[in-house]
Amino acid sequence: MLSRTADHLFWMSRYTERAENTARMLDVNYQTSLLPQSAAVAQVGWQGLLSISELLPSYQALYGEVTPARVLEFMVKDEDNPSSIMSCLRAARENARAVRGSLTTEAWEIQNQTWLEVNRMLRQGDFERDPGQFFEWVKFRSHLSRGVTVGTMLMDEALHFMRLGTFLERADNTARLVDVKFHAVQSDFFGAASEKDQEYDFYHWSAILRSVSAFEIYRKVYRDVIKPERVAELLILRADMPRSLHASLNEVVQNLEMVSNDQSDETRRRAGKLRADLQYARIDEILATGLHAFLTQFLDRVNELGARISRDFLIPAAA
Amino acid sequence: MLKFDEMYTRLPIAGSPVRTHYEAYERWLARQPAEMMKARREEAEMIFRRVGITFAVYGAKDEDGAGTERLIPFDLIPRIIPAHEWQSMEKGLVQRVTALNRFIHDVYHDQDIIRAGVIPADQILNNAQFRSVMMGVDVPNNIYSQISGIDIVRAPNANGDGEYYVLEDNLRVPSGVSYMLEDRKMMMRLFPDLFSQHRVAPVAHYPDLLLETLRASAPPATAEPTVVVLTPGMYNSAYFEHAFLAQQMGVELVEGQDLLVKDDFVWMRTTRGLKRVDVIYRRVDDDFLDPQVFRPTSTLGCAGLMNAYRAGNVAICNAVGTGVADDKSIYPYVPKMIEFYLGEKPILNNVPTYMCRNKDELQYTLDNLKDLVVKEVHGAGGYGMLVGPASTKAEIEEFRAAVLANPSGYIAQPTLSLSSCPTFVESGIAPRHIDLRPFVLSGKTVQMVPGGLTRVALKEGSLVVNSSQGGGTKDTWILEV
Repeated sequence: MLSRTADHLFWMSRYTERAENTARMLDVNYQTSLLPQSAAVAQVGWQGLLSISELLPSYQALYGEVTPARVLEFMVKDEDNPSSIMSCLRAARENARAVRGSLTTEAWEIQNQTWLEVNRMLRQGDFERDPGQFFEWVKFRSHLSRGVTVGTMLMDEALHFMRLGTFLERADNTARLVDVKFHAVQSDFFGAASEKDQEYDFYHWSAILRSVSAFEIYRKVYRDVIKPERVAELLILRADMPRSLHASLNEVVQNLEMVSNDQSDETRRRAGKLRADLQYARIDEILATGLHAFLTQFLDRVNELGARISRDFLIPAAA
Repeated sequence: MLKFDEMYTRLPIAGSPVRTHYEAYERWLARQPAEMMKARREEAEMIFRRVGITFAVYGAKDEDGAGTERLIPFDLIPRIIPAHEWQSMEKGLVQRVTALNRFIHDVYHDQDIIRAGVIPADQILNNAQFRSVMMGVDVPNNIYSQISGIDIVRAPNANGDGEYYVLEDNLRVPSGVSYMLEDRKMMMRLFPDLFSQHRVAPVAHYPDLLLETLRASAPPATAEPTVVVLTPGMYNSAYFEHAFLAQQMGVELVEGQDLLVKDDFVWMRTTRGLKRVDVIYRRVDDDFLDPQVFRPTSTLGCAGLMNAYRAGNVAICNAVGTGVADDKSIYPYVPKMIEFYLGEKPILNNVPTYMCRNKDELQYTLDNLKDLVVKEVHGAGGYGMLVGPASTKAEIEEFRAAVLANPSGYIAQPTLSLSSCPTFVESGIAPRHIDLRPFVLSGKTVQMVPGGLTRVALKEGSLVVNSSQGGGTKDTWILEV
C-alpha cells in the first residue's frame, strides 16, 4: 500500500488511542477529586496529570496556576493543546479523511460521527453538565472505532498499521501513567505509616487501576488487598492484562512481523528485544533498580521504535 | 420565465395535466404529508453529514468559524426522463463524444479540419487550451477524453415542444458523478416504496464501467495495468469524489508526492518499495501535472510525468490538452465536427451561438444584450456571464464595455426558457430550473450508465445550477418500459 496511506492510518489510530487514554486519566482525577482530600493532594494529582504528557510548562505559560477547572479546559477543549481530547479527535478524523477510501465505510463513519458529535456536545455544554459521562463517551467511541476496525477491515497491511499505531501509543501512555502515579506517592510506597495514609493509598492505587479498567482484574488475578508492587506488576509485566506494557508490545511485535519489508529487520529485532525484556523481567528486580529509571528507558525505546517504523515504512527516503 | 416544466404539460403549477411518465410519481407525491417530506429531507441531510459527502470551499468558514466543508443541497423530488427520450439522447451523446475525440486527435496530428477550412487555424492554435507538447503524441485507442461530462438542458423549440440542447462539453476533469451515485442511494434509502412502483434504470455499476474504461486505456504492453486516481488532496473541493471513486474501483488514491518518475516510468512509493503505475485517472488540471513542463511551482503533480507519458509508458486520463475541444469558442463548431468526421447529421442540438469575434455577430449581440446570455469564452462555474433578461441596465452596460474591449473573448446565446422541475424548497413544492450532466465513458467502446447528474438552481427564477452558486442536485430517473 502507499506509504502515505499507511502513515495516515497509523496516526489515525494513535490519536484515537491517545484521546481515550487522556479521557481515562482525566476521569480518574476528576473522580478522585470528588473524594474528601487535602487541597495539596488534589494539586499533586492535577499537576501530575500535566506532567504525564509533558505539558506542565505550556499549561503554565497559558493558564498560570494549576486549578482543576482550568486543567480540564486545557486537556479537553483547548485546540491549541495538541494533546487535548479535541485536538486528538480532530487529528484522528483528519487522518481518516485523508485515506477514507482505505477504510471501510463503517470505520470512516465512526471517525466522522465522533468528530461531528463531540463538536455538538461541547457546543451544547454537555461536558460541563457531566464530565464523567463525557469521558465515558470518549472511551466508548474509541472502543467502537477499534471494534469496527477489527470487525470490518480486511486483515491486510492497512489493518496491521492501524494496530501498530494503537499499541505503540498504548504502551507509551500506560508507561507514562505508571511513572507519574508512582512518583506522586512521596512516601515509601512499600508500607504507609499511619492508618490515614493507608486509607489514602487504597484510593490512590485503586484509582490507577480503574483508569486502565483493571480494578476487577486485579482482584481476580491476585485475590488480595491492593499492593503497589502488584499494581506495577499488573500494568507492566502481565501479558494477559490488555493495557499492560507487555501485552502492548506483544501486539507491536506481531503486527510488525506481518508488514515486514526488506529494510525492517533491525526494527523487528529491537521490538522483539524490548518485548523479551518485559517477558523475562521480575517486578522486584525492576523496583530494586528503580521504577522511574526503568520506565524512562522504556519510553525512550518505544519512541525510537516509532521513529524506525516511520523510516522503514511510512516516510521512506526518496528512492 | 417559468413556462416549461418537466412534470406538467403546461404551467408548472399543481392542477395542470401531468406528463405520462410522471403520473405515478405525481399521485404518490400528492399523498405525502408535508411533515413527512420535511422529516425525510432532514434525515437525508444528517446522513450526508455523517457519511461526509461534502465539498470544501476554499477560504470559507462555518458559522462557528470551524470547518470549510459544505453539503451540496439534495432535493427529494426526482427528475424523470422517459426511456424513448433517453435512447435518442444516448445515441446523440455517443455520436458527439466520438466526434470530439476524433477532433482532438486531429488537432494534435494532421489538422485536417483546419486544412478543410471548417475551423479557422488561429482559433485552435492560439487557443489557451491548445498544448503544443501534445503534437504528434499517440495515445491508446486514439482516445483523449475517456470521461466526458456533457451538460444538457431541455427547452421548447419553435413549435413549443420540449427538445434537448447541449449547453457545454466538459472534457478536462468533469466532476459530479459521485453525487449521481449517492443521490440514488439516498433515494432508495428514503423511499424504497417508490422504487417498487417505478422501473428506474440502475446506475450503481458506473465505477465498474469506469475501471474497465481506464484499464482499456493502458499502454498496449501492460497485461495487468495498475490504475490510480490522482487527487490534489483532501482540501480540494471534489476530494470526496476522488476518494469515493478510488475506493469503489479498488485502486489507490495518490497525491503528487506519492509518485516519482524513474527511467521514464512512473512509480508510487509503497510500504514495500516502489510500484509501477500504468494508468493515472487524474483529477488535477493540465497546468499542475508536471512542474518541468507546465507550472514550475506546482506540487500537485510529478516531475518528469510528461516524459513518461510521451514515451508511451503511462496513460493519463483524460489526456493532456483536451481543453482545446471543450472551450466555449470551439463549442459552436461541434455540429460541423460531427459532419466532418462522421459524415452524420448531429442528433443532439447545439444552442444557437453568436461568436463575437465575427463582426456581424458582435453587432447582433450588442444590439440585443438585454435578451441574450453572454459568456466569457474561458469562464467556468457560472462566473463571467451575463443573463440579459435578469440584469440591470448598469450590469448590461458594464458587460457591453467588456465585450467591446475583447470581442473574441465572448460568445452570446439566446436565453432559453430552461425547463423547470418541481422542487421541495422552504415554502413547499415549487418549480426550479434544472440541467443534466450525463457521464460518457470512452475506452474500447463508448458507453454510459443511463442518466446523469441533475443539477437544480435553488434560487427562484435563477438559471445558474453550479454548486458554487447555490445549486443543488436531484436524483435522475430513466424509466424503463
